[in-house]
Amino acid sequence: MSVNGLHPTPKGPVSSGTSPALRDVTVRITGAAGEGVSSMGEIFARMCSRLGYHVNSYTSYQSVIRGGHVWFQVRAANEKVRTHGHEPDVVLALNPAAADIHVGEVKPRGGVILDSAFTAAAQKTTPGARVASLPLSDMAKQFEPKGIMKNTVALGAMCGFLDMPVDAMNDALQWNFEGKGPAVVQANHSAAKAGYEATQKQFGKVDWVPKPAGKPKLLLTGNQAIAAGALAAGMTFYAAYPMTPASSILHYLAEEGSKYGCVVKQVEDEIGVINMTIGAAHAGARAMCGTSGGGFALMSEALGMAGITETPLVVVESQRGGPSTGLPTKTEQGDLWQMLGASQGDFPKAILAPGWIEDAFQSTVDAFNWAEKYQMPVLVASDLVLSEHLETVDALPFDAVKIDRGEWASSANAPGENGFLRFKYTPSGVSPRAVPGTPGRAYTAGSDEHDEHGYLVSDILSGIPKFVEVRREMMEKRMRKLVTLMHHDAKTPVTFGPANAQVTLVGWGGNWGPLVEGSQWLTAEGIPTNVVHFKQVWPFPVQEAKRLLSHAKVLVGVESNFTGQFCRLLRGETGIDVHHKLLKYDGEPIYPAEIAHAVKAWLGTSRGPAVNPQEPKVPARLGGGAASGRKVVH
Amino acid sequence: MAQALTVNEMKSETGPTWCPGCGDFAVLQALSKAIVDLKLDTDNTLIVSGIGCSSNLPHFLRTYGFHSIHGRSLPVAQGAKLANPGLTVIAAGGDGDGYGIGMGHFVHSVRRNIDMTYIVMDNQIYGLTTGQTSPTSETGHKTKSTPEGNIERPVNPISIALAAGATYVARGFSGDPATLAELIKGAIQHKGFALVDVFSPCVTYNKNNTYAWFRENVTKVTHDPSDWDAAMIESRRWGAKNIPYGLFYKKEGTPTYEEQDVVLGQGVIPVKAKLGLGHDQVQEIVKEFY
Repeated sequence: MSVNGLHPTPKGPVSSGTSPALRDVTVRITGAAGEGVSSMGEIFARMCSRLGYHVNSYTSYQSVIRGGHVWFQVRAANEKVRTHGHEPDVVLALNPAAADIHVGEVKPRGGVILDSAFTAAAQKTTPGARVASLPLSDMAKQFEPKGIMKNTVALGAMCGFLDMPVDAMNDALQWNFEGKGPAVVQANHSAAKAGYEATQKQFGKVDWVPKPAGKPKLLLTGNQAIAAGALAAGMTFYAAYPMTPASSILHYLAEEGSKYGCVVKQVEDEIGVINMTIGAAHAGARAMCGTSGGGFALMSEALGMAGITETPLVVVESQRGGPSTGLPTKTEQGDLWQMLGASQGDFPKAILAPGWIEDAFQSTVDAFNWAEKYQMPVLVASDLVLSEHLETVDALPFDAVKIDRGEWASSANAPGENGFLRFKYTPSGVSPRAVPGTPGRAYTAGSDEHDEHGYLVSDILSGIPKFVEVRREMMEKRMRKLVTLMHHDAKTPVTFGPANAQVTLVGWGGNWGPLVEGSQWLTAEGIPTNVVHFKQVWPFPVQEAKRLLSHAKVLVGVESNFTGQFCRLLRGETGIDVHHKLLKYDGEPIYPAEIAHAVKAWLGTSRGPAVNPQEPKVPARLGGGAASGRKVVH
Repeated sequence: MAQALTVNEMKSETGPTWCPGCGDFAVLQALSKAIVDLKLDTDNTLIVSGIGCSSNLPHFLRTYGFHSIHGRSLPVAQGAKLANPGLTVIAAGGDGDGYGIGMGHFVHSVRRNIDMTYIVMDNQIYGLTTGQTSPTSETGHKTKSTPEGNIERPVNPISIALAAGATYVARGFSGDPATLAELIKGAIQHKGFALVDVFSPCVTYNKNNTYAWFRENVTKVTHDPSDWDAAMIESRRWGAKNIPYGLFYKKEGTPTYEEQDVVLGQGVIPVKAKLGLGHDQVQEIVKEFY
């Protein structure tokens, strides 16, 4: 693939190439943290979703609050858009450093919008692309003395270049600024109009932007989908400690949760978070907590307590680049084995790894039902890209939500705890539970091993044959719950693409989008490719995995970590070893282009961009090239 | 409503496994008496503990119990209280559990002021792990882990609680179970977070701070418990015939966390809520995403 920055001029209209059939428009807004990059990105995305486009986006940001380098990419089309695409049609650069990095990546059909002061950077623009070199700061000062609205002027210029409807632009600006009052809204409208008219005047109309053809869509992040799913599932308690990329669940719920009766608590640390959540769940609330890998590490011990006390618990683990503090604002799927192995000893738990926005909603609902039906911890494994990226959906599956609270013991007339076997041995492994406050069912739940009543067998009874037997029985009872779950509730892996494919891509969690677009690309180029995506990673669906994967001709594992954690799980559980692994651990999202290029290389059919000008280039910065944090294992 | 009429009726099917003479027996007895005297509904009472000898306590009482992991009784107890503010919630454990591994939770629980009681059976030693130094071990104390003598200074839970804004701070002594029962009763009745630190001697591993030593050296507090400054000064007393116990500080009228929480403050009881969203609520959520 070409990573040398040379961009052949396309003949006629071309798409970004990820899906050859997809006509899309992709914009990239770049600047420093604090310059309003994210706001402009969100406004543009909101404008597109309200116009009826499908949208996908990605924010690349750093662990700094002011300064540094941020870019926000939005891709819109009339069809479902599963990734944020590759090279942009428009680069909007708010400072010279950002311009320097990005203007060479714009598509030749596209344009660059920057301040007229950035003359040196502007010269790096892709040949063929048009440059709107505007006095952004001076233009902004007409509407506000400090010129802080230069980003709005630039956004207007971008909308003008793309010939987006002015009304839609103003509507999206109003959506963003209405909290600041009508004067601010009006000033932004004026600033945007100035930019809009400048590019319209300079360039006229472009002919390759698809006209919006759908109805307005919902636009939300994976974390918002998780939070909305939790509220729909009847969550009444959420606790967290701030940690990227899980924090926006806390922010959303702190703002919205109270309207739906959900207590939201920021706790002193993640140990406190999970233990408080367990306390709430034990008392009978539908309770969830959320964190990322580092916080989850602190939660480990208590996770096992939820296991042995049979407390229903939902934990969201939104992964970021590790190890340790790692890459706080970058993505990874590096915590699979941490989740699988968290906490000492064996206990039943489930891990759901949703792949897309609606799935994040649905998996959270499922997690609450599983947690209560099987009285155990259920993890929802997300990652930075899934959690934080904005994407459109036609609807969220609220209507499909069913609340299943599992088996409960009703109140008893006889006082005291004598009669109640809270941890009764049952064929399913599930023992009807009662919560504190239930008349006649008082018992003590213990993190020590216990008998059916909950009486400890761990101290003075330990080692006595009768109680050795209790330990064995109780362990088997608890673990039986996973057998019951697999029988009643297992999630079949989701497949995409032709059945008898030449290549099968296998992955899990948030990489659904690039897997699908990578397969579409390969299929369109004459290499029939399908996808098998696992959203239930524990208990592992062994039979389904064997059915779907054992006959794959060329099986390619694609995941965002160094060691191929999912591939290792797959091999361990099924004996199936993938033929090739595409592993990415540089913190950047996996791009469909990378999947396509790697597969073609393995199949010996790699073609260069000179042969196929539609083939997108993956710049080295985004993970292109084998030496940039992408490992190809043959 | 389940109610115990006598201390004997508070006993569960499983008896204590503590060493004969352990100070914790008196705490169990005093807590039982407090529950009986206050006519608490035992089915509406939850006792949460951590790990350690003293943390076995919930198993020996006829209430609901949660015997959690080491150092985490407070967050578990607070979670239960926030989910069901109607419960009487009592956390219990030892000095290692509460002032060592759980110290962070302790300070934050105090400042949070959730309406609950925290009883710490403070024996200044790690008992269940067979006699290592604890956060409240005196300087110079020779233990299995400090054979040359402890070179750190002990934490002062009374001072810490006062500094963190506690609204009820008491210290009891297992050698005076009648006073202890009254302090626990006061703690349960107090609206807000109430600490009862108890000198509860370990008869097996702590040969320094014994019943006899305490009897020799403790004195009852005499200051006005509404006087924070006096309480702070009293809390710093320690040594020969100079170790005060009793009610150090009590302040009424401080709003609890539950009273101020945006949801609980409206009287919502999360565990009794009807779950799931109505049509209008769904529309309200969805509207935000357009």
